[in-house]
Amino acid sequence: MYLKGPDELERLRKQVIEGKKAEEGQKRVVLCTGTGCRGAGALEVSEAFQKELDRSSDIELKRTCCHGFCERGPITVIEPMGVFYQMVSPEQVSQIIAETVKKGEVIEDLLYKDPKTGENIRYEKDIPFYMRQMRLVFGHNRLIDPTRIEDYLATGGYKALTKALFGMSPEQIIEEVKRSGLRGRGGGGFPAGRKWENCRRAGADVKYVICNCDEGDPGAYMDRSLMEGNPHRVLEGMIIGAYAIGASEGYVYVRNEYPLAVQNVGIAIKQAEKMGLLGENILGSGFKFTISINRGGGAFVAGESTALMASIEGQVAEPRAKHIHTVESGLWERPTNLNNVETWANVPVIIERGADSYSNIGTEGSKGTKIFSLVGKINNTGLIEVPMGMTLREIVHDIGGGIPGGKKFKAVQTGGPSGGCIPEALMELPVDFDELTKAGSMMGSGGMIVMDESTCMVDVAKYFTNFLRDESCGKCTSCREGTLRMYEVLDDITKGKGREGDIELLEELGWVTAEASLCGLGQTAPNPVLSTIHYFRDEYEAHIRDKKCPAGVCRDLITYDIDTELCIACGKCKKECPVEAITGEKKVPHEIDQDKCIRCGTCMEVCPEDAVKVQ
Amino acid sequence: MSEKELVRFKIDGLEVEAERGSMLLPVALDYGFEIPHLCHHEAVSPYGACRLCLVEVTKNGRTRMTTSCTYPVEDVIEVSTDTDQIRRARRLLLELLLARSSRAELIQRVAKEAGVTETRFKAVDDDCILCGLCERVCREVVEANAISFVNRGDRKEVAPPFWDPMACIACGACVYICPTDCIKMEEKGDERTIVRWKRTLKMQKCKSCGKPFAPLFQLNWIIDKASLPKDFYDVCPVCKQMG
Ligand SMILES: Cc1cc2nc3c(=O)[nH]c(=O)nc-3n(C[C@H](O)[C@H](O)[C@H](O)COP(=O)(O)O)c2cc1C
Ligand code: SF4
Ligand code: SF4
Ligand code: FES
Repeated sequence: MYLKGPDELERLRKQVIEGKKAEEGQKRVVLCTGTGCRGAGALEVSEAFQKELDRSSDIELKRTCCHGFCERGPITVIEPMGVFYQMVSPEQVSQIIAETVKKGEVIEDLLYKDPKTGENIRYEKDIPFYMRQMRLVFGHNRLIDPTRIEDYLATGGYKALTKALFGMSPEQIIEEVKRSGLRGRGGGGFPAGRKWENCRRAGADVKYVICNCDEGDPGAYMDRSLMEGNPHRVLEGMIIGAYAIGASEGYVYVRNEYPLAVQNVGIAIKQAEKMGLLGENILGSGFKFTISINRGGGAFVAGESTALMASIEGQVAEPRAKHIHTVESGLWERPTNLNNVETWANVPVIIERGADSYSNIGTEGSKGTKIFSLVGKINNTGLIEVPMGMTLREIVHDIGGGIPGGKKFKAVQTGGPSGGCIPEALMELPVDFDELTKAGSMMGSGGMIVMDESTCMVDVAKYFTNFLRDESCGKCTSCREGTLRMYEVLDDITKGKGREGDIELLEELGWVTAEASLCGLGQTAPNPVLSTIHYFRDEYEAHIRDKKCPAGVCRDLITYDIDTELCIACGKCKKECPVEAITGEKKVPHEIDQDKCIRCGTCMEVCPEDAVKVQ
Repeated sequence: MSEKELVRFKIDGLEVEAERGSMLLPVALDYGFEIPHLCHHEAVSPYGACRLCLVEVTKNGRTRMTTSCTYPVEDVIEVSTDTDQIRRARRLLLELLLARSSRAELIQRVAKEAGVTETRFKAVDDDCILCGLCERVCREVVEANAISFVNRGDRKEVAPPFWDPMACIACGACVYICPTDCIKMEEKGDERTIVRWKRTLKMQKCKSCGKPFAPLFQLNWIIDKASLPKDFYDVCPVCKQMG
């Protein structure tokens, strides 16, 4: 249906909402089939539901994308009761239908059990993981089948677009975005309104807007989940932005490894075109704007703004100097405004609620919410959305549920591979752009990797430096050679070949890599090294001076010993040791021959009495 | 285009002027300032890879270190070419380059000028410093597009695409421009080889003097590109001039 004006859009919305009202009380199975849940078998569960439901036509199956609590996938909500089931398997499907959907009985085994209280929790809103969140941008995911534009309309979708096109001038929109305090969510935190203003001012007949969905941070997937789960939200933001800036063409740059995102945003664009929300004369306003999809090859550096534009142009994805700003001369040397997926997705919220209401959320310098991917040594891994300024402690302990296995928290790395590691002492840090930078880390795209006491910080620094060495485009001497040499020094340190002066050498290398490199990759690449030196210097010194790895991780610096008091001489370790380094008879405590031992840790793993100790 | 617009600014305290749109490095060099640089050449576009041409630019009260070869000159800026920071950065960059290309004479010389004679890092001994001059000259000037960057990070190199040098016309522009001399050209009999790209081409013999003077492939390529008569290069330029 082609919508000729805003009133037709409202009429359609009314129809859709009335249709949904009529369905109130309708029996429905809402199943998350986002990437996280798919990994846990959601497609098989979906198939099982479909088979069962084919026989009872009064029950609807609704497939949405990510709800965030991926740790507990596949996630299912049974409506109208709203019961939240987790870790559902295909075998449980017929029971769910027979008991919960048809008779309204709750299956206790499928509920989320609060590890702290031991109680079963029935509803999503009562689960601690969700309770402390503020799901302004991400929350609608669970109401929406991303392939149905009607679902988006029912949540108020494209209302902000009408308001912008018919109730505001481009300048007013820009003013509103500026006043909202929205800063780019792709890493740099640049004020979005100011970028738009600069691009609007650049004189040219053709201008572009681009949505950055390259998301090369390993472990981060918020952009992916937004694009997969609520693509119209992102498109609406882009259309509003394009109107404000005066751009007529848009690109969505999605990494190729995100086939579902490519598919869903592709469907969304077609639907929007069909309805007259994209294309010539949008909603009869006279504004013309089209969007095409570009698939990225997947290099981390391709997410950098100028590299991304080079890649769309069909060139090697390599950053260029930005002394001439992309808002003046970007894609094909035309003024180009690039924003991140999450940035775009915030725009409809700002236009609809107004800047004043939006800027009430967050801190002085960082407004609104931020989506983080919480991973690592933490009980509740998944995607969370919280107001800017929430403390690290609240995020890690209240939402994340703390550290598994009773281990102690050690550090959290924020901001992706080139973020810094923040120690326990800074747990009260309010998380926003400026505080994270001050602490020697960064917001980045919002990755958070939690580490416990069994993590060696030198090893962590080496791991990320190696990632950056590998992902550096290799253009700048400082970044290419700097990351390589930092890695070599770190590698030596973890192998017991560290020398006095290595810490200072790392600091020098870090300085030149950050100061002399062209793009953000090189400029932030030393963060893992420098932050761990700053907060965990003693660990570096233990490696270099005492040739010891306090966390017991670096193979060349540890020894495994059997505590003769604890050893029950069961012989398990002796049997499993791959190099036959363990001797011992029945009833005689076992012993490890250090010359033969390759420090694989197998004995420690298999010992039933925890008699094997690492030092 | 309207008349050339001039901008005025300061380098190390000296008032200078330059055409709007020019880059800072060539302007500073013209004025006699000494700024080491390895990836800049006036024949090709700026690239900003070696990072040696760092200067400090102060604009609106904010100072930052940046590469001068990619910085378009502006009014109101003040440039410093020789501060402690810059010297420190240059020395570290040269120490890194010296480890990568310890045999390259040019690197040894530039490093020595900056006071660097030793490196604390393991030598790699790759003469190519990835300045990209050869790639740019081949693409922008010759327009043969025969070589490009492949791989990334410390595995990055310049090479013919898929190691098939079929687009190389063996003109030698890259040989000429390479600052570390790591692209060699050999001529044996009627064959010319660009060693680094593994390209060997037969040379055209002059119909007049009989000497081989240029690769046949290259001559046909030029004839094609410039729509010259087919027999344009039957005779070598020397004989041609003598009529
Ligand atoms: C190495 C590198 C990788 C980047 N990757 C991404 C990315 O995957 N997604 C993204 O939105 N921004 C990425 N950025 C940031 C972009 O350069 C750019 O600042 C951002 O997309 C602008 O949008 P924003 O202002 O809305 O944040 C990256 C930057 C660097 C230096
Ligand atoms: S800083 Fe690193 S990634 Fe960025 S342009 Fe330079 S070499 Fe490439
Ligand atoms: S071969 Fe020579 S010109 Fe080409 S990148 Fe290497 S050093 Fe530069
Ligand atoms: S000459 Fe400027 S970076 Fe190489």
